[in-house]
Amino acid sequence: MLDLSFEPPKPKVIAGAKYDWELVIGMEVHAQVASQAKLFSGASTQFGAEPNANVAFVDAAMPGMLPVINEYCVEQAVRTGLGLKAQINLKSAFDRKNYFYPDLPQGYQISQLYEPIVGEGEVIVDMEPGVARLVRIERIHIEQDAGKSIHDMDPAMSFVDLNRTGVALMEIVSRPDIRGPEEAAAYVTKLRQILRYLGTCDGNMQNGNLRADVNVSVCRPGQYEKYQETQDFSHLGTRCEIKNMNSMRFIQLAIDYEARRQIAILESGGTVDQETRLYDADKNETRSMRSKEEAHDYRYFPDPDLLPLEIEQAWVDDIAASLPELPDEKKARFVKDFGLSEYDANVLTADTQNASYFEAVVADAGDGKLSANWVINELFGRLKKEDHDITESPVTPAQLAGIIKLIKSDAISGKIAKDLFEIVYTEGGDPEAIVEERGMKQVTDTGAIEAAVDEIIAANPAQVEKAKQNPKLAGWFVGQVMKATGGKANPKAVNELVARKLAE
Amino acid sequence: MTDLTKMKVAEARDALRKGDVTSVQLTESLLSAIEGADALNAYVHKTPEIALDQAKAADARIQAGDAPDMCGIPMGIKDLFCTKGVPSQAASRILEGFKPEYESTVTTKLFDAGTVMLGKLNMDEFAMGSSNETSCYGDAVNPWRRGNDDALLTPGGSSGGSAAAVAADLCLAATGTDTGGSIRQPAAFTGITGIKPTYGRCSRWGIVAFASSLDQAGPMTKDVRDAAIVLEAMCGQDAKDSTSADLPVPNFEAMLTGDIRGKVIGIPKEYRLDGMPAEIEKLWADGIAMLKAAGAEIRDISLPHTKYALPTYYVIAPAEASSNLARYDGVRYGHRAKLAQGDGITEMYEKTRAEGFGHEVQRRVMVGTYVLSAGFYDAYYNRARKVRTLIKKDFEDVFAAGVDAILTPATPSAAFGLGEMTEADPVQMYLNDVFTVTVNLAGLPGISVPTGVDAQGLPLGLQLIGRPWEEGDLLNTAYALEQAAGFVSKPTKWW
Repeated sequence: MLDLSFEPPKPKVIAGAKYDWELVIGMEVHAQVASQAKLFSGASTQFGAEPNANVAFVDAAMPGMLPVINEYCVEQAVRTGLGLKAQINLKSAFDRKNYFYPDLPQGYQISQLYEPIVGEGEVIVDMEPGVARLVRIERIHIEQDAGKSIHDMDPAMSFVDLNRTGVALMEIVSRPDIRGPEEAAAYVTKLRQILRYLGTCDGNMQNGNLRADVNVSVCRPGQYEKYQETQDFSHLGTRCEIKNMNSMRFIQLAIDYEARRQIAILESGGTVDQETRLYDADKNETRSMRSKEEAHDYRYFPDPDLLPLEIEQAWVDDIAASLPELPDEKKARFVKDFGLSEYDANVLTADTQNASYFEAVVADAGDGKLSANWVINELFGRLKKEDHDITESPVTPAQLAGIIKLIKSDAISGKIAKDLFEIVYTEGGDPEAIVEERGMKQVTDTGAIEAAVDEIIAANPAQVEKAKQNPKLAGWFVGQVMKATGGKANPKAVNELVARKLAE
Repeated sequence: MTDLTKMKVAEARDALRKGDVTSVQLTESLLSAIEGADALNAYVHKTPEIALDQAKAADARIQAGDAPDMCGIPMGIKDLFCTKGVPSQAASRILEGFKPEYESTVTTKLFDAGTVMLGKLNMDEFAMGSSNETSCYGDAVNPWRRGNDDALLTPGGSSGGSAAAVAADLCLAATGTDTGGSIRQPAAFTGITGIKPTYGRCSRWGIVAFASSLDQAGPMTKDVRDAAIVLEAMCGQDAKDSTSADLPVPNFEAMLTGDIRGKVIGIPKEYRLDGMPAEIEKLWADGIAMLKAAGAEIRDISLPHTKYALPTYYVIAPAEASSNLARYDGVRYGHRAKLAQGDGITEMYEKTRAEGFGHEVQRRVMVGTYVLSAGFYDAYYNRARKVRTLIKKDFEDVFAAGVDAILTPATPSAAFGLGEMTEADPVQMYLNDVFTVTVNLAGLPGISVPTGVDAQGLPLGLQLIGRPWEEGDLLNTAYALEQAAGFVSKPTKWW
């Protein structure tokens, strides 16, 4: 397999009033499994349904109801583990995490504390071409989501919506390998990209289908390296956990705020309390949610309603064989096969749909670089203007390839190509036919071009004199000729002719 | 006409087929017996209309031919089973007014086979108790009395209502559940037969959970043959219960040959307790002699971890219960406390659960919460899990050495008086389970068979413990014991 080599980025350093500080960040990302049915009940997971419409007896924790594992969700967790190059545990088990809350009908969440289904893996987090952070994954386990409590609909009552209760989540736990706010956001971005490639989570952060708990601590430069050597956490600072972040921007703001808060405490001689905090986006600050002393005692124990989950290596192998090409491999291939820059390859592989659109274009039009330019600059730029994504593109890969082929055969100029693209984008149609019908074909007939050049030169003797002094002014003549030919003249031919005539 | 209420399941089945009796007739006589037996407080919710509808349907099915064995047989159902549209409260105030919109798998199987439901039976609250004194419906009463003494006795627990109803001929059979002895102990206290099958034989779906790794449903019947018939109708794999076993259900009744020649019966020395009443000693010795006479080989065995079974059970069962009962929070169904101005969610939980749960349930929830809490988990729960593995291994070892079944007393005494233990240390009550909890911890099948009476004429039972999944063989050994013991006593009707 082709590898793009990379250097690790420098950790972010925050200058305090007295010292420099570094950040150490670990994340727990909760990714909703892309599944039609919940983890332990057959109820639907459809987003946006009427409150309490997607609730089975199991989800409502009616007496005597029992959970039955949804095999599809297990498969998605295994697929995710394989995508993160992680250890798949053929035997895992479910535990109950006990606490009381109205949106948790059972009074416990079924999770996997002691024996998770996925063990150690890794994610390469791209920062810029040639620079990436390798973040180690500690584990992935599957668990139930909770419902939603609504406190602002009535002054005296709270309401509960159990639609989300029991939906399958994958909790992806990283090691504390992330060293700054930008890296944290990039980590979530990369994870999201991989999940979407795998199809195991739709990555919709707005709907809460992907959210992160961020553990932040600060330490003096040099301490992290000691931790790395020994894996002894005592070299690191006390961490605080910021719960439930579902925006890349807020993740960065919250980490930055939290790091500065901890630094201020430490520099004034205080100690950071280990606690759970919430980020308030309106005020851009984190607030204590509960201290270590107030932390729940979850009384985890093996769920006696579920047998240990045993899967077979052959099944895992089948899933592995069905994995799609993942972003890192695709990117490397784009660089190698199409001669793209790593930057362009990154942009095109950000999403499988972008990548397959590009591949369809390049397969038809040839010329990877030109195709990449047109997809990234023209198409993506145009789509972005209207807030559309690639799936909503009015221009098909065949149409775009058609335009590119016309450029390559010198049938149209780059400038005309942009006009043609706009026509195809707004009106549709076959690019070649449009060029024919609307007379957009480039004039390569040097006789016709020469006549136009002669005409302009004859009409502007003063300009000719100036241009003879300063050859840079030749561009003005080129522009005039292009204007006179309605942009259809072959610019290369015009340039050559203008230069020759001015030199006469 | 003979008293139909005294019929056994097998007799009734045959009589129904011959047309000697109809299910409606059977049902009507039982309903009228139930009406006259309120003093026993066995039924907490009577369902005569459902019963008669089911009986009529059963009669039609029998007439059409090809009806299953249980068709038309009137049974009582322990209140722990969720029965659709019928109050199902696990004898707890916290489930006040709860009528499930679903039917448990076990009752579904029974009803699909044509069984008639006479009503819901009393029990200890959430099946926690050994005397049926923790029920929110009040005590169920044992139809047996000590000689001429009219002191009320316990039918045992937690399936006390089931035991009383079967013993007093208020149904032909009843469902029970057994987490630590809740079928076998009340069966022994009331002179009937009760089998707890192998863990995983009966689906737990729709049965209110007490301790999920220990709970099993089973039948309580007038004799071993009936136990075989009813068990067959109750058990079988269920996709809705991940812990139910995907094994075929044999024809248990067909295995009742009474021939146990060459079978090896183990007698565990650890079950010979200090201070065990002489009557129990004698009952056990008699049982050994009977099996030996029937051609079995008697072998002394050791189950060395037996002495840890009771403490292990009283860690694991409350731990699971504390979690299983968390769902009774007043939010979605059942009892919710009236709240004072300014009360929030915490007060709602506290008041609801304080009002809804009885003392024994509260005690076990607190014990369970304690043994699972940080800092105590390893010392209690985890250690108990390890000991449980050792207890299971004790059994595996003796079975591997060729033992077919193990004979022990079912209970350390005959039925005691209601209220007699009220002032006692709760551990005294827990000691009732000393012979039965090992079977639940090991997930094995166990059956209690009445084989004698004590000096005051109260029934006493012996327990047989079998190999996993070999209920048929176990029932056959029990059948041989029953034949040899010839226990036919019935309580004298006083209610």
